[in-house]
Amino acid sequence: MDALLPQLFAGLSLGSVLLLAALGLALTFGQMGVINMAHGEFMMAGAYTAFVVQQLLPDAGVSLLVSLPLGFLVGGLLGLLLEVTLISRMYRRPLDTLLVTFGVSLVLQQAARDVFGAPNVDVRAPAWLSGAVPLLGMDVPRTRLFILALAVAAVLALSMVLKVTPLGRRIRATVQNRDLAETSGVSTRATDRLTFFVGSGIAGVAGVALTLLGSIGPTLGTAYVVDAFLVVVVGGIGQLKGAVLAAVGLGILQAGFEYSTTASLAKVLLFVVIVAFLQLRPQGLVSVRTRSLA
Amino acid sequence: MTTHPLPVRASRGRALALSAGVLATALALSACGARAGAEAGAPSSSGGESCVDTSGDTIKIGFLNSLSGTMAISEQTVRDSLDLAAEEINAAGGVLGKQLEVVGEDGASEPTVFAEKAEKLISSDCVAAVFGGWTSSSRKAMLPVFEGHDALLFYPVQYEGLEASPNVFYTGATTNQQIIPGMDYLKEQGKTKVFLVGSDYVFPRTANKIINAYAEANGIEVVGEEYAPLGHTDFSTIVNKLKASGADAVFNTLNGDSNVAFFKEYKNVGLTPEAAPVVSVSVAEEEVGGIGVENVAGQLTAWNYYQTVDSPANAEFVAAFQAKYGADRPTSDPMEAAYTSLYLWKGMVEKAESFDVAAIQEAADGVSFDAPEGTVTVNGDNHHIAKTAYVGEIREDGLIYPVWQSDGPIEPDPFLEGYDWAEGLS
Amino acid sequence: MSAARPGSARTAVARPDWWRREGVRLWGGIALAVVLLVGVAPAVLSDFRLNLLAKFLCLAMVAVGIGLAWGRGGMLVLGQGVFFGLGGYLMAMHMKLSDAGPGGVPDFMLLYGDGVVPGWWEPLRSPVVTVLAILLLPAGLAAVLGLAVFRRRVRGAYFAILSQALAAAFAILLVGQQKVTGGTNGLNGFRSFFGYDLADPVNKRMLYYIAAGVLVVMVVVVRLLMRSRYGELLVAVRDQENRVRFLGYDPAVVKVVAYAVAAAFAAVGGALFAPVAGIISPADVGVVPSIALLVGVAIGGRATLLGPVLGSIAVSWAETSLSEQFPSFWTYFQGALFIGVVAFLPNGLASLGGALRRRRARGSAVPEVGPASDVRPAAGSAGGVPADPPAGAPDVTTDTVDTAGRHA
Repeated sequence: MDALLPQLFAGLSLGSVLLLAALGLALTFGQMGVINMAHGEFMMAGAYTAFVVQQLLPDAGVSLLVSLPLGFLVGGLLGLLLEVTLISRMYRRPLDTLLVTFGVSLVLQQAARDVFGAPNVDVRAPAWLSGAVPLLGMDVPRTRLFILALAVAAVLALSMVLKVTPLGRRIRATVQNRDLAETSGVSTRATDRLTFFVGSGIAGVAGVALTLLGSIGPTLGTAYVVDAFLVVVVGGIGQLKGAVLAAVGLGILQAGFEYSTTASLAKVLLFVVIVAFLQLRPQGLVSVRTRSLA
Repeated sequence: MTTHPLPVRASRGRALALSAGVLATALALSACGARAGAEAGAPSSSGGESCVDTSGDTIKIGFLNSLSGTMAISEQTVRDSLDLAAEEINAAGGVLGKQLEVVGEDGASEPTVFAEKAEKLISSDCVAAVFGGWTSSSRKAMLPVFEGHDALLFYPVQYEGLEASPNVFYTGATTNQQIIPGMDYLKEQGKTKVFLVGSDYVFPRTANKIINAYAEANGIEVVGEEYAPLGHTDFSTIVNKLKASGADAVFNTLNGDSNVAFFKEYKNVGLTPEAAPVVSVSVAEEEVGGIGVENVAGQLTAWNYYQTVDSPANAEFVAAFQAKYGADRPTSDPMEAAYTSLYLWKGMVEKAESFDVAAIQEAADGVSFDAPEGTVTVNGDNHHIAKTAYVGEIREDGLIYPVWQSDGPIEPDPFLEGYDWAEGLS
Repeated sequence: MSAARPGSARTAVARPDWWRREGVRLWGGIALAVVLLVGVAPAVLSDFRLNLLAKFLCLAMVAVGIGLAWGRGGMLVLGQGVFFGLGGYLMAMHMKLSDAGPGGVPDFMLLYGDGVVPGWWEPLRSPVVTVLAILLLPAGLAAVLGLAVFRRRVRGAYFAILSQALAAAFAILLVGQQKVTGGTNGLNGFRSFFGYDLADPVNKRMLYYIAAGVLVVMVVVVRLLMRSRYGELLVAVRDQENRVRFLGYDPAVVKVVAYAVAAAFAAVGGALFAPVAGIISPADVGVVPSIALLVGVAIGGRATLLGPVLGSIAVSWAETSLSEQFPSFWTYFQGALFIGVVAFLPNGLASLGGALRRRRARGSAVPEVGPASDVRPAAGSAGGVPADPPAGAPDVTTDTVDTAGRHA
């Protein structure tokens, strides 16, 4: 089976893309319970940021490095705006946030279409990311290695933030016991906003990364948002570890199914596996123990 | 706003009585309206009556393209060139002395909407002919509507063949004018192992069925056949399979966004147009920009028109189009076929001296037009048109340049009756 | 939120003849709808518009089911397109089989497949089997899926996402199996409907009457369900699932019944949609059409009886007529509807009148605002979701309406 290794890597790579898309959701959905369907459009905004930056800074390498933090900022600010105007008044109705943010995603898509035009646009990859490197006897595309590294970096950075910074402590406190956190002097409103900012910002970074793989169009995000939610559902609520395991697992499964059957059937099989899995572990791979009945 | 039932019994009785009454009414009404028409086997009795108004000094025609949804990217360009053709025809005095009055509709990229809007254009707006449609599914959805009302559709996009409705004129290529010439070219280049990759829908599957039969008859090996769901964006597995197959050429029937992800992946794993060229049949000038020239330069496409075709008619068309819509707008095959379709309809109407559907069908055979792609001629039997086939190479400037062309226009053969190896395909 | 009974009892005491007025209004509304649908519409609309209305009525059937499952049962069903599609495809398969030529093979199978009808198509040659399949198969699937999900107490959000993924998977599956499902083209070009020629305008009209009749029956069925003991249980499960469990009921079964009924309604809607629209395709069943169905329900008022019907017909009509003139504007408008209605008018336009009345009455009739703030602490985090700070929030009025409406 000389296909095994390349497929394993293909799965890992797909997993890293899924992870980048899902990491922000693991925060906003996993920790805050907000079902943000516009998450995909924040990715789209990040991708268009990369496009605009490249128009201004023709050097592909520089523009990519500038786009990453800028994409974070653009995604984050959009998220912040959404939180302040709409989501903040809906924390008691998590299911309704799904519909409201679906409306937001429709509006953002059409806005992108009106601003940038319906045809897709292209972002050039820098020279140092084109082509492949030989690795364990296979040719691994540099872009995919880059995205893998980016995903790892994002996970590490996020878990560091959650673990050691004051912001991270506040987020964890708010998630675990909102009332107690509030009484202890944590401003839960400010924490909500910041959490949403960071989660949406990661979506923007994911969007910048996706420009290396595919096309940039108004519907970029819709292709990923359902998959990203499934990653969080399978991973389990409340911990990044679950999202990481789920993303890699689903990526490898999908690549494996795709190799042995067809791309269409792979999607269907994956869904069957997920429903079956939730029968065994409705709380997901990794879960925080609670006494809640739900 | 209410909740809890208090006077349950009384109102349940009322409810039952009422619902029974409603059912009875509905059934009675439907029963007296019903008329078994099927057993007579007679063709649709209804649609024959046309409501087209030919008395005034204008004549209505319908343009039906997706202006919203996923197909809007492509179909908007077709609508633009249809508008251009209508404007030109009106400026030159109209058709049979009548100015064209265009009724535009949005198909919203959904077959169901196409069927609904076609119905509206025909029976509510009473247009003399409808121009538009892009995807196979939109055409298939509209087909029963046009046949039911005995109205005319001009369909401007290359498609999978195996169809010839008296109510449709197909001004894009059928398979023997695009797919087979593309394969002929690969064969001429000495390619022996071809890999097929396509989006998962009707056109790629049918095209690949034909390619398989062609390959078998011509000593070419098909080393792989892969389909990606529409909108699929991760091609690492498919490209892995492609690379492992040792193919020396790729025939690509991917649609839309998927092309971008495919070509980026193809380039990144180190495949090159020199070693394994990709022949695409759904990548035209306006898609090249979105894919990124650097990712597709040197790759091949098979079409019946390129912006670079060297003819006076094309120079005029490109100039007029760019004057109207901007110098940065490329022109492409479906746009040209749509532009041509309006002129062909004009030619048919003028030959028939009537807007009547039957008269147009009668007069269609042999109507020809000096189109930007070269001279095209309508085949009265299958309602397709004879077209010249080109294979072109995508260059650094984002345009496509012909590297091969057929000896003159190829007669349309939608059912591939003229090819021995194609027997049993349809 | 508190159990519904005390709240409504209080209302009933405060305004004794309220129920009767509501009943009169409701049945009056249904009667008016029947008159409009069966009497007025066919008389004033052209054949084309009437057929369009028939199509909207089919979508409204799905909306009635969504109203039951979502509005009353609290299950956000994002994948109703699956059941709509199942019903539509079953009916379409039957029509294709009965239209087929001498060999009994549908035309598209000759074109794209190998010209052999697969075994699982064969039973659908029989009209009886087809009708039974439409009524039972989607409902059965919903029951199995619902039991699997609800038994394991999967959270509401998970259920929503799973049902959405189901719609995506179903559409991909349909597209991928072109030889037996027609792929992206879907199934179309039907000539007859149970032996009646579909090209005949009289029969098209008949289809309209059938759709109108079926829709009215569905509304009545929901009404009866809601006034039964089961209806109370369903609302109770929505509001306090654990209390219902402690009382000895199995909330999973209660939910599954509503889900299955909603699935059956969607399937019947799909089954009538196919002959009315002349086509059923994967584009009608995927994620986006499934969510789009929700907007009408939300606008009309998810927990009302006629709201979903009226809302979905209004949205369909607006989409058809507005998108003709401003395709890009329609998308904005649809987005704005989702945002505006769900965020600011969670009970739909139907609650607008009530909201205004309450706002006006607030000064004098204190008890009416009472319940909402009373139960706030208990309302807490049913699904682990934090509650807003109870006091001082600017949207107290809408909150009140929301809480009150939720019981309705």
